[in-house]
Amino acid sequence: MFENAPIIKSTKEFTATRNACKLCAPLGASVAFKGIRGCVPIIHGSQGCATYIRRYLISHFKEPVDIASSNFTEEATVFGGGANCDRAITNVISQYKPEVVALTTTCLSETIGDDVKMYVHDYKRNSELKDLPAFVTASTPSYQGSHMDGFHEAVGAAIKAFAKGGEKGTHLNIFPGFVSTEDLRQLKYLLKDYGIEFVMLPDYSETLDNPIWESYKRIPEGGTPVSAIETCGSAAASVEFGTILNSGALSGRVKNTRLSATGAEYLQNEFGVKNYRMPLPIGVKNTDRFYKALAEISGKEMPARYKGERGRLIDSYADGHKYIFGKKAVVYGEEDFVVAMTTFLDEIGVDVILAATGGESGRLADQIKANCPERGEQILAKNMFDYEKIKEWCQENKPDLLVGNSKAYYIARELEVPIVRCGFPIHDRIGGQRIKHLGYAGTQELFDQVVNAMIQYKQDHSPVGYKYM
Amino acid sequence: MDTFINDRQNQILTKGKDDATIACGKASVAGSVSQRACVFCGSRVVLYPIADALHLIHGPVGCAAYTWDIRGALSSGPQIHRLSFTTDLKEKEVVFGGEERLYKALISLIETYKPKGAFVYATCIVGVIGDDVEAVCRRVTRETGIDVIPVMSEGFNGTKKDGYKIACGALSKLIGTDTTYQAPEHSINILGDFNLAGELWMLAEYYKKMGVNLVGAMTGDGRVDDIRKAHTAKLNVVQCSGSMIGLAKEMKEKYGIPFMKVSYFGIEDMSDALYEVAKFFKSDEMMEKARKLVTEEISKLLPQLAQYREKLEGKKAAIYVGGAFKAISLVKALRLLGMKTVVVGSQTGNSDDYNLLKDMCDDGTIICDDSNPNELSEFVKQTGADLFIGGVKERPIAYKLGLGFCDHNHERKEALAGYEGMLNFAKEVYASVCSPVWQFMK
Repeated sequence: MFENAPIIKSTKEFTATRNACKLCAPLGASVAFKGIRGCVPIIHGSQGCATYIRRYLISHFKEPVDIASSNFTEEATVFGGGANCDRAITNVISQYKPEVVALTTTCLSETIGDDVKMYVHDYKRNSELKDLPAFVTASTPSYQGSHMDGFHEAVGAAIKAFAKGGEKGTHLNIFPGFVSTEDLRQLKYLLKDYGIEFVMLPDYSETLDNPIWESYKRIPEGGTPVSAIETCGSAAASVEFGTILNSGALSGRVKNTRLSATGAEYLQNEFGVKNYRMPLPIGVKNTDRFYKALAEISGKEMPARYKGERGRLIDSYADGHKYIFGKKAVVYGEEDFVVAMTTFLDEIGVDVILAATGGESGRLADQIKANCPERGEQILAKNMFDYEKIKEWCQENKPDLLVGNSKAYYIARELEVPIVRCGFPIHDRIGGQRIKHLGYAGTQELFDQVVNAMIQYKQDHSPVGYKYM
Repeated sequence: MDTFINDRQNQILTKGKDDATIACGKASVAGSVSQRACVFCGSRVVLYPIADALHLIHGPVGCAAYTWDIRGALSSGPQIHRLSFTTDLKEKEVVFGGEERLYKALISLIETYKPKGAFVYATCIVGVIGDDVEAVCRRVTRETGIDVIPVMSEGFNGTKKDGYKIACGALSKLIGTDTTYQAPEHSINILGDFNLAGELWMLAEYYKKMGVNLVGAMTGDGRVDDIRKAHTAKLNVVQCSGSMIGLAKEMKEKYGIPFMKVSYFGIEDMSDALYEVAKFFKSDEMMEKARKLVTEEISKLLPQLAQYREKLEGKKAAIYVGGAFKAISLVKALRLLGMKTVVVGSQTGNSDDYNLLKDMCDDGTIICDDSNPNELSEFVKQTGADLFIGGVKERPIAYKLGLGFCDHNHERKEALAGYEGMLNFAKEVYASVCSPVWQFMK
């Protein structure tokens, strides 16, 4: 009944992006700001930006995600959005009584030249309220980079707004990047087990993944308090996951100047807080790097529990290796996620044939080569890809497996190959926010899923259907 | 109520307590977390189901990414509407203009996907950087021979409702362009049904059984060439009046086609929608067929509904949906299940609809326009609702508070219209309200 789309050669060039493999910057910024305690994000633009972003996030997190809008009108577009910005701040304060108001800009407000920093400055000066919340602003026009650029911009903005210097402490800053709420919780347990004091930014492990409530909470509990962010400048070190972050030479920029520093970079430059930058700890090698850094920073040994996790993971690599060796996988999604996932698949003998992202850094290929010693040279790494390009490429190159978020489900369905869902967003399953990716334990779950996906495929397509592997 | 936004007080009323008419049709208050989207959203949802048209969103990536394949609007053939195309504007175009990029994008997409028509949606930024979208569309129409229709839906330029109007304007450019087609007698257009989960197919089948022919559906399972013929129908049957009534009025003026407002939700409204059409055509035979159909369907349906009604009797429901017209049908459908509506509101209702709601509902029912999570969560708590009917954005509010939920938004995958739909509705409400999981949340 349904007509299939025409078969298109993957070499055909389209000016248009077809099924984008990226989202816009204010979405990433909103997620990051949700990781600050008592924070209500306001998107300074049209009503639709906030509503669409809320809908997109709600479909993944299955949680209320309140993001306010300054609700631009034609008048604001012509004469400036200052009055709307003021009204939005006032209404958010009166309704939510937030500890922090975080403003993110949009393509609209950036293009008309709204100076949100100045609006906030004037608001604070003119306000008659006694206990004003703290403010932070991030510049996130959606014509610049992807949601990950917005995410890192917001983290950087929060650090710049709140971090202070001071006498060096022993605590650690951890910048986990855009990972699942379960990943954030696991990281916190781990650092606790290590006995390391830490500040994690952002921490939306609770704000975007609440337990059931007795009464409705306008602002969910959890998040990193501003008082903790203030101490970031005096930390012993920072650990920052991701090697691409927002460092790319973004395409379509008029002047190819760099965007802002990441939070960890700023702390290093400003306060001399040493930054351990590394790929997301997915896979044994990447996770080892993380533990090595923790050992170096804390001077403590890996707790026995994690030695056990590591041992069991490697043991399972032995149990499962044959079922996946040489299988061809396509990995897609955010750049740092793709790098880490590709590294993991590389170390277990899966041939990643395409690593693709809608991100625009231009650094994906380098990072994959640097991190995948087995087959890094052969992996086709593509920046600025969209799902239709991925699909067309897959139709010609026939992968055995797709690894990434739920948006490529339609490709897997057409190719009749399994998809291992991970990353963001997971819109067609429950539990996307609870997927574990990081550390030995996260890798273990991913490994089991990848192996079982291949076993199931074989079993489903076997005329016999064995009850043993 | 002191922690709600003061400016919104006249958009909320409690029946039996407040005499005033509800204020509606206003822009959302800055800083409220409105459940509404923008002008672009209004246009996009209305035109989305036209399956053989190319829908190209001219702007940075977000607007297209967030609307990729989000409607449950089915097509019986082409699937081009489920792809998300965008010019993905960058800083360069913002500074130097995006017309060239738009032109190239259109040409290469039309060449490949061979659509029957194309809609180009202008987003916020296009209105600001001053791209002449209309000129590019004219040029591409000239060069490709395909109607390329600009949809000037800059997000800031009003509310979601204004977006509906703009979409209707785009449809109106197509209507009447097929001058050779002769519609059979007893032919109608269905306006304002979007074929969610195949609902339009069900409705078309009912009408077919009555001897009524469908000329154009706007826009469920829509086809460009059918829309071109729509001016030849004898009657426009309009559902979801918020989005399509403007077009119906225009067609009446331009082509002399009368229209009637109907709803397909619930037994009463569904049956009326069939009877009214038969009445319009003044055909006894058609009326007889309609009666037979209704009798058959209801005699099948009622015994099946009884078991659900038994479980749901006396339960309370909150409704917050896009348009208030749909809310009216839902109130009635819930009554059929023995349920009482205690909160009812919509994003874009008009005062006629709200007045009708006020008349229908019992004292104590809260009626609200353009509400937000803070208000809605408070209202369901105050009224002790057991069920929330809404969309994706309302779902977590319901679940967080331990309420059942029924998705009645454009993303749903269950058919809820017609007689079959009423049964699905009952099943879904029952499955959620009567689930044992709520015992752990009280």
